[in-house]
Amino acid sequence: MAKANDIRQEITNLCSSQKLAVLCTQRNNQPYASLVAFVISNDLKYLYLITPKTTRKFTNLAANPQVSVMINSSENQESDFHRAMAVTIIGSATEISGRKRPGIIKTYVEKHPYLEDFAKSPTCALVQIKVKSYFLVKNFQNVMELHLHE
Amino acid sequence: MRLVLPASEIGRRHRRKVGGKALALSRLLKIGITIPDTLCVTGDAYRAYVSQTGLRERISLELHRKEFSRMRWEEIWDCATRIRSLFLRIPIPSAIEADLKGSIDACFGGKAVAVRSSALDEDGTAASFAGLHESFVNIRGIESILKHVCLVWASLWSDAALLYRQEIGLSVEKSAMAVIVQEVVAGDRSGVAFTRNPVAPSHGVIESVHGMNQGLVDGIVEPDRWVVDRRTREIISHTPVLRQYWLVPGEDGVHKAPLPLDISQRPPLNPQEVRTVFDTAMQAEEFFDAPQDVEWTFRGHDIHLLQSRPITTLKSEDGEDKRGWYLSLHRTFENLKVLRERIEMKFIPAMVHEADRLSKLDLNKLSDQDLAEEIKRRWEINHKWVTVYWEEFIPFAHGIRLFGQFYNDAVQPDDPYEFIDLLSDTQMVSVKRNRMLEELADIIRNDPGLAENLRGDGHIDETSVFNRKVERFIREYGDLSCSVTGGTQCLQAKEPLVNVLLEMAAHPPVSTPRRSLKRTDKLKTAFLSRFGEGEREQAAEKLDLARASYQLRDDDNIYLGRIESQLLAAIQTARRRLSGLKQEKRTTGVSQILADVLAELDPAGSSKTAEEESTGSPRSIKPRQLVGQPAGPGIARGRARVIREHSDLADFQHGDVMVCDAVDPNMTFVVPLAAAVVERRGGMLIHGAIIAREYGLPCVTGIPDATTLVQTGEEVTVDGYLGIVTVGSGEI
Repeated sequence: MAKANDIRQEITNLCSSQKLAVLCTQRNNQPYASLVAFVISNDLKYLYLITPKTTRKFTNLAANPQVSVMINSSENQESDFHRAMAVTIIGSATEISGRKRPGIIKTYVEKHPYLEDFAKSPTCALVQIKVKSYFLVKNFQNVMELHLHE
Repeated sequence: MRLVLPASEIGRRHRRKVGGKALALSRLLKIGITIPDTLCVTGDAYRAYVSQTGLRERISLELHRKEFSRMRWEEIWDCATRIRSLFLRIPIPSAIEADLKGSIDACFGGKAVAVRSSALDEDGTAASFAGLHESFVNIRGIESILKHVCLVWASLWSDAALLYRQEIGLSVEKSAMAVIVQEVVAGDRSGVAFTRNPVAPSHGVIESVHGMNQGLVDGIVEPDRWVVDRRTREIISHTPVLRQYWLVPGEDGVHKAPLPLDISQRPPLNPQEVRTVFDTAMQAEEFFDAPQDVEWTFRGHDIHLLQSRPITTLKSEDGEDKRGWYLSLHRTFENLKVLRERIEMKFIPAMVHEADRLSKLDLNKLSDQDLAEEIKRRWEINHKWVTVYWEEFIPFAHGIRLFGQFYNDAVQPDDPYEFIDLLSDTQMVSVKRNRMLEELADIIRNDPGLAENLRGDGHIDETSVFNRKVERFIREYGDLSCSVTGGTQCLQAKEPLVNVLLEMAAHPPVSTPRRSLKRTDKLKTAFLSRFGEGEREQAAEKLDLARASYQLRDDDNIYLGRIESQLLAAIQTARRRLSGLKQEKRTTGVSQILADVLAELDPAGSSKTAEEESTGSPRSIKPRQLVGQPAGPGIARGRARVIREHSDLADFQHGDVMVCDAVDPNMTFVVPLAAAVVERRGGMLIHGAIIAREYGLPCVTGIPDATTLVQTGEEVTVDGYLGIVTVGSGEI
């Protein structure tokens, strides 16, 4: 289905063009938003981020793995209203350790070479978000959904 | 986009790609002056490298760790070191590499070359300041040449360049570096010429050595000097020197060697040659229409100009400007060897002797008049050693940094501070002292009766082994009360020491703070294996020198502390006498002498920094994550114990995180009790970082306002990998 492929492509393009995302976690009924550097898997099934284990976001993730992530292309210009795209992701988070970790870290560092030392610090956790759905917003109000991992 | 241009193809339009130095060489060539074969790796190559590898952003992250104006010079050095290590470790992308290799190899093949900086003059500021960027001589083989191109690129971010960043308009986004690759002309006589002497404008100056030029430029070989009249071009004076050494080409780079006797007896230039040098330099001045600083070399009878640049100096009008002093710390290994001998053979024995001599005098037996004299005398003595400390010991301690750079160039490790593990195979006095403390704590641990006595009336059996050891400790290191009370109450008693010992004994012994010797040996073998037969001995000698320098970095303060404590003991005696007289409501002329001396010296005053005096922040604004430098790997959580005064050390408990302005070695006896160390002062090689590394404790340094932002008792997590201190539990 061409339409579905177009949406996939748009999401892929947006996610690979952007370096930062807003991650929403929560604990004790209190949502909490954080800016994070991310990378997304080619099949769009997973989003990866790295965080020190001493942070609030990591404590929140351990208490409640359900998250939402926002990625967008706005540039703080008036034209953003018609031109910017945004994708909201919902999914659930787990920490990745062991054998799978080095390969994912390598992909992450390829996208963010300046974060190599941060990514490789033993005090940081590699967090995998298994994406349930994407909500793609463009042309100001147009929203399309892509559901994975039913 | 051309990444490499030969000197013959460089024109004025390339100025922004090749820099002033490369442009000057190409123009000299065009007016018929002989220069060695020269290529320029353009600024485009630098730009392509840093943007394709993400290095540009890494440099920015490194420089924005904290506000630049709040960085100490040690932190600036650390920044430069980490950036240099990135340039060494991050490979040049293959397309750029192929381009560079093709052009450089075709021009030079296996010939030896010099690799020099040619800073780009973006906005017309004088980017040609001498000494900010690096140059390398006698580099052979394409791989080595490319490595040295990377090092010259890195020197765009040298500590000297960072210190003068405003003057040279340094910017991560805009600045770039071009590199000159030039055939080495192994001249038999070389030197520099200044066409105009800045202090005597009608004169020019020529300096010359036998052998290659690097010896003179780096200050390793002393030159003969001629002053020449600019107008008549007659020699006004010749100042010969004792010619002992010259620089000769080695396997990679150049080496100092004794000058053969017959050569040493004649000056490097005869009067006719002095004239030739000056005429050639003046030709450059006339062409560029500005006084020039020219490097040249003679091969046989032919003079070659190696470079020519306008005379610039970096002198500052501001007397407060300490940058010149800092840059003077950059010594050569040769220079440090001389310094080491002076320190080890002369200064340290003299300091030990001085402290011993002072401690033998019974202050209680002195009259008030004599005590006042004694305080003044001790103040002078202490002052003398503090001066020696700044002028001799600190420059020697800088040898650690010089070695660090040497090690990183040779080994290219992932961790640019790996070399510290190689240096720490030494016995620091503070570690020896702490080991003795641990032995004493162990006696208490195994003797419940003794522990009970100490906690009760503090009675110690005078004939016991414990007492003998305590007395020996006090003889060697003092009773810790001066450290604990900041010198205001040196008790010359056992109580503070016993309190520390009881706290230590209440907890399991601290593991011996020695990195495994195996690792040190492995690092040493790996390091030495990087050198060929001929160079290995020199590398081992540099390691030995760096170890001495590392050890002194800590020990010097202990030796100085012993002398200072003798001054404080005399002051304390005077204070006791005065307060005794006050209680008896008596004042005498003599007691006034003591009071005057104390007022004059005011030893307890002015110890607080502005940061410490700032009022606490309102609690509606709370720190959560404070970023500094990762200075000792590991992670630990504990109660913060903020050390604002030495007396705060008295409350230090096992498992506390030490948060302080600056650790000095006389405070480090509590480090074995600590879970981690946090310091306001920044740097990887400051005492706090060194001692934390010895004990394997997480350490973060360079957190502005650490002692006011963090409160004693708060829970803190110290991440020594990332350099982050997290305050509180994170509950919202």
